[in-house]
Formats: sequence, structure tokens, C-alpha cells
Amino acid sequence: MINWHEKLSPMVKKVPWSGIRKYFDLVSEMKGVVSLGVGEPDFVTPWHIREACIYSLEKGYTMYTSNWGLLELREEIARYLYNTYKVIYEPRNEVLITVGVSEGMDLALRAVTAPGDEVLVPEPCYVSYAPCTSMAGGVPVSIPASAENDFRVTAAQIEEKITPRTKALILSYPNNPTGAVISREELMEIAKVVKKHDLIVISDEIYHNLTYEGKHTCFASLPAMRSRTILLNGFSKAYAMTGWRLGYACGHPDVIGHMTKIHQYTMLCAPVTAQMAALEALQNGTEEMAKMVAEYDRRRKLVLKGFCEIGLECFEPKGAFYAFPSIKNTGMTSEEFAEKLLLEAKVAVVPGNVFGANGEGHIRCSYAASVADLTEAIERMGIFLQKYTGEQNKAAAASG
Amino acid sequence: MTLDKKDREILEILQDNSRLKPEQIAVMLGLEIREIEKRIKALEEDKIIVKYHTLINWENAGEEVVSALIEVKVAPQRGAGFDKVAERIYRFPEVKSVYLMSGRYDLSVLIEGKTMKEVALFVSTKLATIEDVHSTATHFVLKKYKQEGIILEDGEKDRRLVISP
Repeated sequence: MINWHEKLSPMVKKVPWSGIRKYFDLVSEMKGVVSLGVGEPDFVTPWHIREACIYSLEKGYTMYTSNWGLLELREEIARYLYNTYKVIYEPRNEVLITVGVSEGMDLALRAVTAPGDEVLVPEPCYVSYAPCTSMAGGVPVSIPASAENDFRVTAAQIEEKITPRTKALILSYPNNPTGAVISREELMEIAKVVKKHDLIVISDEIYHNLTYEGKHTCFASLPAMRSRTILLNGFSKAYAMTGWRLGYACGHPDVIGHMTKIHQYTMLCAPVTAQMAALEALQNGTEEMAKMVAEYDRRRKLVLKGFCEIGLECFEPKGAFYAFPSIKNTGMTSEEFAEKLLLEAKVAVVPGNVFGANGEGHIRCSYAASVADLTEAIERMGIFLQKYTGEQNKAAAASG
Repeated sequence: MTLDKKDREILEILQDNSRLKPEQIAVMLGLEIREIEKRIKALEEDKIIVKYHTLINWENAGEEVVSALIEVKVAPQRGAGFDKVAERIYRFPEVKSVYLMSGRYDLSVLIEGKTMKEVALFVSTKLATIEDVHSTATHFVLKKYKQEGIILEDGEKDRRLVISP
């Protein structure tokens, strides 16, 4: 018998499983659960996009594309980014089509990280940044974005963590899991630090279209930032295309070139069917997207008000489709709360610590769910909270 | 009445789900409850909101409902055009909708009844006998796939994982 444990790479063994797995196993055995735990739109991909993909299959688009992706799609992306953010990318060597932002992030980290290089990761954040940094041989350095500052990382916090080994900074606004957005002014301050310390910025802007108040600022559009930014984006969230696995990376030809080299050997190219669908999404998808965004915004307000009424303290998320309320007044840890809430109230949420240690004391609630489900979930959570905050208050009164 | 953006949003929300309460709509649109109630009342008074109804799939309840689309050719009347004869038709409760059409025929009439015989009898005795009705052609509905924008069979299920990052 082979002993895999001995054979496996120590570095890979050290990488922890995502904390979400445990809840997934737990919830899959339960019935009648209302889930606010889903990190993807509740819409299916608009029909005109699906139909365009079916048509492409009928026409025989079943081959490899260039490693970079279809030129027509890259041109469309470059045009879109120019029209939206006035940032110019050359479609031939500055845009790479990836298998979701997940691949883009992995490629970017692998392309820039030398062994021991430090990568700054503001937390809470998406679950892949730190593990991908480690797997690329780097050292993830967490920067806790504080709840007091509505989970926005500051230039001063970033500068504090910079050492001679610091290579890159990851930014992700609008943010999963907190729903935080960041202003142009704050980004300008961060840009100063980035320039001063000659850092690379990997900016994951997958939720950029889902910005409900103010205007999203593309980090690469800031003065002098284009050349040192790897911009990651994709189609999953705004066009409800998560399962298609399609994203893109834009940046200086030197880094995008080397990312494409890795991509060439590991992925060859993104699936052509998804690329054809993405082309349709960019060309004709704006109207349907705007409808979905308007709907998320309404639900956002509904959830925020609902949480407020049941006594769940929550800062106002202005982007993505998540709320990140505090559960500290229950005296429970995020994991205890999420597990109890699931087992007793049959509402699935994701414990905040899954997204970084300073997510502790919070839960991530996705409002990519129907109004009926959101209303039901809030009602159940209200009853649940009454029971546990009530007990807390009694205990406090008794000891006081 | 001219609609503004908020009126339009209210109408879109109610068209999709008329059971939402003014409290909920107020939160969604960032307006006061009173303001929402006032706007809805005005929309009702102006007959922009005509009725709050429920789309029911009677077949799922095991109820037999027969519906037929009748193409009706009529002679328009001087002064009243098609309106008078349309009124003669839409007064019948069996008639669920009446549209004036361009093209080969004039009125499209949707009729519902319990049996095919009942519908056919209605057409031959009530509809076809109206003065100014020249001819009728009855098309029975065999299956309803989509109604009022809603796909009736195999609505798209939520296929997402219950928890995902």
C-alpha cells in the first residue's frame, strides 16, 4: 500500500481546506433550509447569452482558441474598459482571457512571486488569496481591515506591513464577503504607498458592476497605476455566468505575457463556448445586467432594514451582494452561530472567520436570493436572535 | 398622469409580485411608506394599476379548463368602428380577453369553459349570432407553456450549491 501522506507535497498539505466545506457537508443533509450562504447570483444567465452559446455550438465553435483567448473578445473587453474607466489596454498583448478570476489570481501570483516574497492580503477577503500565495511559494501577510472603518483597508495600514520582501498588494473592492466599497480618494492614498514602495497591485474587481452608491474606481485608471496593476475581472457576477468560468486579466505586456506562458502550459485556453457567450454578454448584455443590479439594490435595502429591525448590527454594504453583520452581542463565535442558526433556525450563512481571522464575530449573508426567501430568513433569524441575545442579557443581568 | 422613475419602479415591482407590502417597497426604493401608499393610490385611481390578480395553473390542481382562441371577422360600424361589437362580445363572462388585431381577422377573443362542448356551444349560439359578426374560427388551446411571462412547466429550479464562497 502506498502511503500518500508521505508522498504528498508538504507545502500543499499545509494549505488548509476552505472553512466553507464543513457547512456545505452539514447543510446538504438538511431539508427546508433557506440559504443566504450562496456566493453567486440567483438569476440564471440571461437567455440571449445562453442562446448565443448554443448557436456557436451549432456553428461548430468547438476548437481551441489562441492561448490569449479570442481576439474579438479581447478587443471587446479593451473597448469596454476604455468606455467605462478610460483605461487603455492593447488587446493583442495586454489582455488575457482566463478561466474565471480564480485562474487569473493564481496566474498573477505565480507570475510575480519569488520564494519568500510577501504578498499583502487585506482581510476579510475571498478565500483563495492566501492559499494561492502560499502555493506560489510566497508568504501571505494579512492586513486586518477593521469593522470600524467599514472594512476598508487604509494606506497607513498597508504601509505598516511593508518589509523589504513585500512584492505585491491584493485589492478586492467591492468586497466579498463584506460588501465594502472604497472611494477614489482612499485608493489615491493607497496608490501613493504603492508607488513609494514600488509594489505590484493585483486588483480583483469582479463585483465592479455591483456598486450601488457612488461610482466604482478601477485601480488601473489612477495616475501611474496602470503599468503596475494586474487588473482581474470576469463575467460571473454581473452577467450571472458563474458556472461558465470566464474571466480576464489586463496589465503590462511583460507580466501578462508571463502569465500567458503559465496559462499556455496549464490551461491552454479558456473554453471557447464560454468565450462566445461572453462576447454576446459584452455586446448585448447591458440592459439585462442593469435590471439585475437594480434588483440586488432593492434587496440590499430590504435586508439591511430587516437586520436592523431584528437587532443584527450591520454596516451598510455598498457593493457586491453580501451583508456582513456582527453577531458579537450573542457571545458566540461566528462558527458556533452559523452552526446553531443552521441546525435550529434552518438558515444557512457563512461564518465570517472563513474569510480571515478578523471576520470573526461576523457572518456573511448573501442577498442573491428571492424577496420571499430573504423575508423568511430574516424572520427566522429574528426568532433565533431573540432566544440567544435574551439569554445573554439575562446572564449579564445576573452577573451584574 | 405622467410617471416618474419611482412610479415606474413601483409598477415593475408590483407587476412581478403584487403581494409586497408598501412597507417593503418603501425600503426597497428608499421612500417613506406614506409616499408609496400615495403613489400606489394615484396609480390605482388613474387605472394604471387595474387589478391585483393571481396567475393560477388550474391544471396542476387537477381542474379541467378548456380555453379557445376565436378569430372573429366583423363589420365595423359607422361612428363606432369596432368598439360596439367588441363590447357586445366582452360583456360575456365566458370571454376572458378581447383584442383588436391587424391582419386577416379583426378580433381575437379568448374564451374559457369547462368542456370543449361548452365553449363550442358558446361560440355558435352567442358569438357567431351577434349582428355584424361575419365569421368565427375556433382554435382550442392544447397546452399552455408560458403565460404572462411565466414559464408554466418546469420553472427554472435553483440549481446552485447551498453554500459557496
